[in-house]
Amino acid sequence: MITAIAFGAVSILPAEMLSSLKHFFGGQKPANIYEAVFIQLRLPRVILCAITGAILAVSGVLMQGLFRNPIVEPGLIGTSSGAAFGAAFVFVMAAKWPPELKSQIGPFLTPLFAFMGALLATYVVYILARNARRVSIISLLLVGIAINAVGLSGTGFMSYIARDPQARSITFWNLGTLSGANWLQVAIVGTVAAVMFIISFRYSKQLNALLLGEEEASYLGVDTERIKRRVMVLNTAMVSVATAFVGVISFVGLIVPHILRLLIGSDNKRLLPASMIAGAVLLVLADMCARLLLAPAEIPIGIITCVHYFIKTLQPFTTKRGIRCLKPKVFPIQLGGNRS
Amino acid sequence: MLKTEGISYSIGRKQILDDINISFQPGEFTMILGPNGSGKSTFLKIFSGEIHHYKGAVYYNGIAITNFRKEELARKRAVLSQHADLGFPLSVAEVIMMGRYPHFTFSPNKKDISICEDVIEQMDLIDFRERNYLTLSGGEKQRVQFARILAQIWEKPAEGNRYLFLDEPLNSLDLNYQQSFLKLSAAFSKAGTVLVAIMHDINLALKYATRILFMKEGRLVYETEPAGVTPPMIKNIFNVDATIIRPSNDLPPVVIYQ
Repeated sequence: MITAIAFGAVSILPAEMLSSLKHFFGGQKPANIYEAVFIQLRLPRVILCAITGAILAVSGVLMQGLFRNPIVEPGLIGTSSGAAFGAAFVFVMAAKWPPELKSQIGPFLTPLFAFMGALLATYVVYILARNARRVSIISLLLVGIAINAVGLSGTGFMSYIARDPQARSITFWNLGTLSGANWLQVAIVGTVAAVMFIISFRYSKQLNALLLGEEEASYLGVDTERIKRRVMVLNTAMVSVATAFVGVISFVGLIVPHILRLLIGSDNKRLLPASMIAGAVLLVLADMCARLLLAPAEIPIGIITCVHYFIKTLQPFTTKRGIRCLKPKVFPIQLGGNRS
Repeated sequence: MLKTEGISYSIGRKQILDDINISFQPGEFTMILGPNGSGKSTFLKIFSGEIHHYKGAVYYNGIAITNFRKEELARKRAVLSQHADLGFPLSVAEVIMMGRYPHFTFSPNKKDISICEDVIEQMDLIDFRERNYLTLSGGEKQRVQFARILAQIWEKPAEGNRYLFLDEPLNSLDLNYQQSFLKLSAAFSKAGTVLVAIMHDINLALKYATRILFMKEGRLVYETEPAGVTPPMIKNIFNVDATIIRPSNDLPPVVIYQ
């Protein structure tokens, strides 16, 4: 964490961090430019990054448990692509809107639309997948893919009719960016995350039971319809808020639960808190790479997570003798669990 | 005791179950036999509380099943279904502990842990305790699932009976474990459990059941004690010609097919 805060286009010494914090809590102005960078840019960014990483990883665990499938991502039920479309809509359309409106909502215009897009897309998925009071997991999966396709093509259309700088904004947003982080965002995302994490951890037993299948979980006394609805609501709330501020960051929600399952097993009582921490650490590291590799410029963080995912997935296939494609001894992704 | 009244169930126009009235007493080991698609599993799911929207009523000790909360029912009723499986790595001990889920809120207490230990020992699973469930063979998985079910209702509830329902419990088990499963089940039934199992092997039914039900096309056709099973019954239900040999000593009757 501290290392991540220290490095960046402007390096900050630990002593400066301390004095900056002292000034901040003492109600004084930052003494110099380094302290200002630290308190107003670097610290909120690293914290927002950690919270986002935690959210994505926890939501990955929830969704993989719900779908009983380890290759599921938080965005599967439409949340991320809905957010992406909402953001793209603002980037392209807002140019024509009256300036008074824009000045009133100001910097929250994009997050607001992204958030609404995420909620709308997920709600549509839920309504379409619901059938006679039951939500079938298979329908959820299929409708989710369909709505993701709609969101993607909508975003694509927006890019198409956009002027160049707008199209660039859309692309950047879809790769995730934490450069706009400030304390207000940290407060909003942090509050939502704290509440949702506590609720998620309370469901760890029911989520474990669900791993056996819906029928077996119900024989163990779990109200499967209720838990499915609640997990969807939790997931949507967390992911849409985080995505609204930082854009789409893929693969954290996929890879973190995945690595942890290999290390500590699938008991959600351990997996949920462990994913929270590991997700935070992974995304902070990824963000540090994003800031440093091309410093003083930045790489979108989504690119770093994708590359990391690529390396992690190929790892079991590689040996000292080089890449071995046939008969991998351990394949990290255990398929199955999606019995119909 | 468990009682069903006028159970009928259909999916679309297809009638799956037609007016089933039967009761099951604690201490009885009832086995349900019948051809594929005769409605055995559906019937079991209905009186287990998994399927709703059927006609008729199910009573546990005189109280309609609809009056129970799911968790309340789960503390005294355990079901071994045909498709219990996992897609994720969990240890055998963790899977068995799931059987105690209806009994604790967040963390298992000492009693839950000691019950799991007892079950692991009873089911001959001590060497498997820390094994990853996904690496087990089919028969070993079935033993773990059975252990989980037994852990769920290992101790007698404060009031009322325990209920144990098994849907083809012997799937992929070897000869030795087939026998020990049924012996253990029979012991449960003697200890005051309402025990119903769906079976395919008539010979095992003749040896272990105290009552046999034959189902066909969604209807209950025969209800008999094992000694009352006759070749014409088998012909009528399964359309298979059979002979029943009754040894003169204490051994159970044996069905051979022609």
